[in-house]
Amino acid sequence: MSFADAAPRLSPRARRRRILRRRFLRRPFAVIGLVVAVAFVLGAILAPVVAPYSAAATDFNSVLGHSSGKHLLGTDELGRDVFSRIVWGARASIEAGVFSVLIAMAFAVPVGVVAGYYRGWPDTVIARATDVLLAFPFLILAIGLSAILGPSLTNAMLALGFGVAPQLIRVARGEALALREEDYVRAAIANGAGDIRIMARHVIPNMIPTLIVQATVAIPAAIIGEAVLSFLGLGVQPPTPSWGVMLADAQSYLTQAPRLAIYPGVAIFLCSLSFNLLGDGLRDVLDPRTTR
Amino acid sequence: MSALAETAAGPLLAVEDLSVRFDTDDGSVHAVDRLSFELGAGEVLAVVGESGCGKSVSFMSLLRLLPETAVVTGRAQFGGTDLLAAPLSRLRRIRGREIAFVFQEPMTSLNPSFTIGNQVGEVLRRHLGLSRAEARRRTIELLDLVRIPAPERRVREYPHQLSGGMRQRVMIAMALACDPKILIADEPTTALDVTIQAGILDLMRDIRERLGTSIVLITHNLGVVADLADRVIVMYAGRKAEEAPVHDLFARPQHPYTIGLLGAVPRPGAGAQRLREIPGRVPSLAELPAACAFAPRCPRADDLTRSQVPELREVAPGHRVACFHPGPEADA
Repeated sequence: MSFADAAPRLSPRARRRRILRRRFLRRPFAVIGLVVAVAFVLGAILAPVVAPYSAAATDFNSVLGHSSGKHLLGTDELGRDVFSRIVWGARASIEAGVFSVLIAMAFAVPVGVVAGYYRGWPDTVIARATDVLLAFPFLILAIGLSAILGPSLTNAMLALGFGVAPQLIRVARGEALALREEDYVRAAIANGAGDIRIMARHVIPNMIPTLIVQATVAIPAAIIGEAVLSFLGLGVQPPTPSWGVMLADAQSYLTQAPRLAIYPGVAIFLCSLSFNLLGDGLRDVLDPRTTR
Repeated sequence: MSALAETAAGPLLAVEDLSVRFDTDDGSVHAVDRLSFELGAGEVLAVVGESGCGKSVSFMSLLRLLPETAVVTGRAQFGGTDLLAAPLSRLRRIRGREIAFVFQEPMTSLNPSFTIGNQVGEVLRRHLGLSRAEARRRTIELLDLVRIPAPERRVREYPHQLSGGMRQRVMIAMALACDPKILIADEPTTALDVTIQAGILDLMRDIRERLGTSIVLITHNLGVVADLADRVIVMYAGRKAEEAPVHDLFARPQHPYTIGLLGAVPRPGAGAQRLREIPGRVPSLAELPAACAFAPRCPRADDLTRSQVPELREVAPGHRVACFHPGPEADA
């Protein structure tokens, strides 16, 4: 890294981005997490190109087949290509992971900010309700709600969003409590800004780095949650592929072909681990309190 | 919108019997006790006192910027509105538009997430309904007015790229954005280097001359006062100790506290003279004494000062003092 790197004619935004990028690249695990997570997302989006077969195509010449040139990870009990099903299954998992967290954010951020900004009785109501929900394990909440809503991927995402929301409300509330005391909030009040404007311009924008970190940590939890729901038959319905569905199907053949359970399990593991590593890396980079 | 139109119609701002009390778990704290004063159009009023004497609190209470634990009583007439009784919606249109506040902490008073242009422009768009392009143009003019070099470039920068002095100039530009009638500057130079302080004070003088804005300068620095103010209020322990035109105050200080403050100002050319300090400490405001609050530190204290609260008396035109034994330095 020479001095020539520090190009002087950069816009402030670009310069800041450059600093953050360098800090990120100095963390090997974060970079690995990013690469793997991006690979999963791309694989899911490009499933028609990446997967050699369709998820439902059967090859009766190869039932419960081992890995071969024709079927990279072998075939399942109906002769379907396992690799193709994992690729197609990534769609359900990543969709569920990302959208359920977005749903949760859309609800949790305004609620948490209102609680933290106004304090008083709105805060008491919201914070106590959140505490009650946090007393239930995340999966129990999600399973309970999706059992009420009925099995489908959309309902599973809603249920997972509901499960993730309490944690996000708590984070948004805490941030709002701290940010409302900032001098620039006081200056904005002195300049005649109303509550809505202060929340929208001064509180929420300044908590975005924290929210990004929370999202990348919540996504793997939601991915695992989707697998659990689908495994239990509450999420994606067969024959649509999903890692959870594949695990459920593999149960009956656990002694003959344990690989049918191992491959989707590894996919779930790698995918959620990569998002976790990415989230840890982003927290280190974006959180000003970590000095380095 | 000229402030000069108001001159004939009496003071721009008339505050009467302003008291501020904070109710906490450990009892009440009386921050301000029955403060009354007036501010004329185009006038520069300095409010002087030690930390905790209630000078910032008084003015923050006028715009109702204090936390909910503050109990504010009294009246504050501003152009037909009692600031302390007006509904919040009315007050919001006064804040920043007719009465603007500049705070002490320039380093943290700007939102780090937005550019300078965005933040100054927001005030213009909200209060004056300017379009984005108009606001941008006016922002550049304002930054130029507060003597920020290369304003076209600065509007696109973020607060962290500006020095403390520059940020305070931005805060002043923001305060002046809507051409307010009153600019309240709470220790505007305290957090800044001495050389930059002079620039900011220069700027304030310029603003008064060019825009006719009334300025309230809250400070503990008497040097700043002498330079800029027309009239001075000296506060002690939440009460007004002395009020006088600036020349009168410096030439014939009456209250022993004022005399003490003046004795603590370093004077260039005065030789290696030791600065005098005021003995003792500022009293706790947990309960206001039924006596002169300055009595424990006062060289002129006697039984009278320790048993009664002195009322303000006029000793010369416009020169009022709350002391039983006023007079220039004789025994101090």
